[in-house]
Amino acid sequence: MSSENFDPTLIGFLCTWCSYTGADLAGTARMTYSPNIRIIRVMCSGRVDPQFVIKAFKEGADGILISGCHPGDCHYKEGNYKALRRHRLLRKMLEQFGIEKERLRLEWVSAAEGAKFQNVCDEFTEQIKELGPLNIMKGDINEYREA
Amino acid sequence: MSTEKPKVAFYWCASCGGCEEAVIDLAEDILKVTAAVDIVFWPVAMDFKKTDVEAMEDGSIAVSFINGAVRNSEQEEMVNLLRRKSGLVVAFGSCSHLGGIPGLANFWNRKTIFNSSYHTSPSTDNPEGTIPQEKHIMEDGKELTLPRFYDTVYTLDQVIDVDYYLPGCAPPKHLIMTAITAILEGKLPSKGAVLSPNKSLCDDCGRNDSKPEKLAIKAVKRPWEVEMDNEKCFLAQGIICMGPATRSGCEERCILGNMPCRGCFGPTDQVYDQGAKFLGAFASLLDSDDEEEIEKIVNTIVDPAGTFYRFSLPSSILRRKRMETVK
Amino acid sequence: MVNLKIDGKTIQVEDGITILQAAEQQEIKIPTLCYHPLMEPYAACRVCVVESISGKGSELVTSCNTLVKNGMEIQTASDKALFARRMNVEMLLAQAPAAVPVQELAKELGIEKTRFKIKDPDEKCILCGMCVRACEDIVGASAISFLQRGQHREVCTPFGEQSEACIGCTACAFFCPTGAITVEDLHGRKVIHSELDLGPSTAIRVPIRQAVPMVPFIDEEACIHFKTGECKICSDVCQKEAIDHEAQDEEIELEVGSIILASGFKSFDPSLIPAYGYGRLDNVITALEFERLVNASSPTGGKILLSNGEEPKSVGIIHCVGSRDENYNEYCSRVCCMYSLKFAHLLKEKTSADIYDFYIDMRCFGKGYEEFYHRLLHEGTKFIRGRVSEVSDMALSKEEEGKLIIRVEDTLIGVVRRIPVDMVILATGLEPGTDSNQIAKVFNISCSQDGFFLERHPKLAPVSTFSDGIFLAGTCQSPKDIPDTVAQAGAAACEALALADKGKFDLEPITAEIDEELCAGCQICVGLCPFTAITYDKEKGISEINDALCKGCGTCVSACPSGAAQQKHFRDKQIFAEIEGIFIE
Ligand code: SF4
Ligand code: SF4
Ligand code: SF4
Ligand code: SF4
Ligand code: FES
Ligand code: FES
Repeated sequence: MSSENFDPTLIGFLCTWCSYTGADLAGTARMTYSPNIRIIRVMCSGRVDPQFVIKAFKEGADGILISGCHPGDCHYKEGNYKALRRHRLLRKMLEQFGIEKERLRLEWVSAAEGAKFQNVCDEFTEQIKELGPLNIMKGDINEYREA
Repeated sequence: MSTEKPKVAFYWCASCGGCEEAVIDLAEDILKVTAAVDIVFWPVAMDFKKTDVEAMEDGSIAVSFINGAVRNSEQEEMVNLLRRKSGLVVAFGSCSHLGGIPGLANFWNRKTIFNSSYHTSPSTDNPEGTIPQEKHIMEDGKELTLPRFYDTVYTLDQVIDVDYYLPGCAPPKHLIMTAITAILEGKLPSKGAVLSPNKSLCDDCGRNDSKPEKLAIKAVKRPWEVEMDNEKCFLAQGIICMGPATRSGCEERCILGNMPCRGCFGPTDQVYDQGAKFLGAFASLLDSDDEEEIEKIVNTIVDPAGTFYRFSLPSSILRRKRMETVK
Repeated sequence: MVNLKIDGKTIQVEDGITILQAAEQQEIKIPTLCYHPLMEPYAACRVCVVESISGKGSELVTSCNTLVKNGMEIQTASDKALFARRMNVEMLLAQAPAAVPVQELAKELGIEKTRFKIKDPDEKCILCGMCVRACEDIVGASAISFLQRGQHREVCTPFGEQSEACIGCTACAFFCPTGAITVEDLHGRKVIHSELDLGPSTAIRVPIRQAVPMVPFIDEEACIHFKTGECKICSDVCQKEAIDHEAQDEEIELEVGSIILASGFKSFDPSLIPAYGYGRLDNVITALEFERLVNASSPTGGKILLSNGEEPKSVGIIHCVGSRDENYNEYCSRVCCMYSLKFAHLLKEKTSADIYDFYIDMRCFGKGYEEFYHRLLHEGTKFIRGRVSEVSDMALSKEEEGKLIIRVEDTLIGVVRRIPVDMVILATGLEPGTDSNQIAKVFNISCSQDGFFLERHPKLAPVSTFSDGIFLAGTCQSPKDIPDTVAQAGAAACEALALADKGKFDLEPITAEIDEELCAGCQICVGLCPFTAITYDKEKGISEINDALCKGCGTCVSACPSGAAQQKHFRDKQIFAEIEGIFIE
């Protein structure tokens, strides 16, 4: 796939209270943002299990956004700090798998930041377009045999 | 067939040989086994040929115990053959169950492995730069072949259908014996089961009660960097112990040797990816809410992928490093 | 009890009161000057003299400080008493000929002029010392005292200079019976506008006239007691003995089922826009200050006056101050157009000034609002469409002299105009309360971009927040006018009541659960729960979640390394399926 007409697929794990509501606000305010992102709602960014991230990459995501409330604003007090810790370690580990650290993005988007959500989505899409497709092999045994 | 003893085969793919050793380690118990079964194929100990197996009727072997991962064409061929001939196939040991230590090769590919093994490793003496060829025509016209070395290491169940798993590097004696007894008595659990308790190691671990009320990790130490307390939970000492993300059943043999668990039993049934799951747990314990400080602690973890997926890389969701980024 | 006779009448009064008080009870009037019920009597003026007859003889006593005695006989207006009183008043008249109460008393007693020598015809002080004692005994400041003696005696600050001990409480002037003491504005201005700020009028007061409950409070900043430790006059006069100067701020813990936040707004501070001259130019006032000025209870009694006390001949009202402006607040404050129109109307009603109204857009959104605007158009208010760039006092022409000049681009005719006026009213916008961020933190709710509290959903849950049981009303949620505030407050009250009525509220069924068959008791989850919902049961060797405490964040679930903890409706399996679903072609 040439990177010009590469249309990345992004997955967003958004916490209900801030980021999902922020995304909702972007919607109700009729802000347009790049349609590449698919959103999965979780109660808190602290619910984002690294398994989900890896699963999403495996299934074909070119980039993954984890988004929660700003530090100190988590509806559950500190879930976003757990997300931050996991993000930093996971990002480091993913690089060992050849997955650029830019492909796993963590952002704090409050319920009021519809515009920020719009920006993050647009910017992230651009960034992933530049990085190109991830091309994770899907699991057919023959595919793995030979590079 | 009722008068005959059930036929059993053992086979060895990409592994260190420790699992074969484990069978030998059954000691006098092995006599009970040989009394009850007829070993029809065991290359490491008895002289059978592939053609002998080919000659058998399909499904005539009651159970094949296959250890080792699958990483070349010969292994692939052999396990397919055994699958055809066997009623049951048991993946024996971490390597066939999860990929095991050989599975760490999935951070590389054939080219880089050959390059290291045949060119750059310090112990290599190979002035002509010879690397294995799959086909060679001798002067007398004879064709010699070597199996094809794959880019990726597979678990056994990625290549053939597997009925049961005996986990461990290597599987401990008591589990082997229970498994064999169960097979002989026909008291098997449902297909696909891992023949070890579905709780993580902390459940058995004698150090579990030494955990502080709140686990918090300020810096991560490798076992040789500290003088280890031989009673305190490793996590409480800042040492990575995969025990909480690893199935129990090993009788905590590493812990008893004052070494943290490395995860050879693989994850419990509910977990999709041992490494990612452990990462999720471990990272949560890092004792800081500050970005910079978190980075700092993360930097004390030298090789997260190699540590968290030490035994399970081929069986993990991603299975291997992205091919195009292997250098 | 004491039995005595006053002006021939036998009476019985309680012990320990003065003759003056006893007479007062009988509605017999004895004139006084240096007497005040809040002060210890001192008997300086001696106009309260009465005749006390005992046995054969009689004597003159000052009734304000002489206590009643059994068998006493008092004549308040006998010849002897009146003679003495006249003499005393004549002497006071010589001392303080300009003192009105003394003049009145003299007239009452038939004194035409004093026979004594008048030292200073403008003097008002009778040297009763009320002021000195007020300052010393009541206020505790001792800033003034008597200077010199005898004929030259006068009341003064030490050395006649401005006293540092004076706290400016004006108690001396209050107690002075003759109006001899006036409090002077140090800066010598006759600025009524400086009184406009809504600051304290007295140290003890009700917050506002519409306050509910209508209970006064003591402003520690202004109260004399908190400056000098004395005074406490308010508690002397309060018959209910409701005043307690020792009372401390208290933290009261209430257990409630729901909470309505109605913490209001803060008015935009127009000094942030230096070009409008607020705080620098006289007669540039804010909307709130204008409200205070026109209020019947204002310092001007509701008269609209300039700082020099004159009525303005022209007034400019500037809309959108601090609103609809990227440099300050981007949003529309919603109420300023309408209150500005109200001001214009009030100005028309109360003055004959020319009124200019500078607006960007006229936002008359509500019921009857557009009609009101039309009425104003007919009343002759001059509406100029354009944002005012500057208010200055730099006159360029004769007619601009002494005026405030409003510079504006009149966008309807496309010219920049200079409009001289006497008074400028800034229609300041509404901002979130200064501490709204802290409040939001306490209640675990969010603020929108502009800093006002965020409602749960702009259309479907406009009075709820993201925290169950916490509701919003009024301007803390967004700028709004009174009808909207009342409507929202009503809705919030209903929601709160509905919740309280039910007596319980439904938890979302998203709590986490630990499968005891699978939990290894590794305790990784235990310390991670922000609500300490998880405990480790040593006996069973497993961890357990308290369903009532778990709020369902799922942190423990994504940490549980053996997959024993799962969150209802957000199970690993379910999220994995969601991920897979996304990639189904
Ligand atoms: S973390 Fe390791 S050392 Fe600690 S209790 Fe679990 S298995 Fe034992
Ligand atoms: S402690 Fe861990 S690494 Fe060691 S044998 Fe047991 S499961 Fe394997
Ligand atoms: S889901 Fe959150 S609140 Fe509930 S027990 Fe787990 S960590 Fe605590
Ligand atoms: S993390 Fe999981 S296995 Fe460990 S105690 Fe908690 S629920 Fe049990
Ligand atoms: S609720 Fe938003 S990050 Fe926790
Ligand atoms: S009133 Fe009694 S002496 Fe002045």
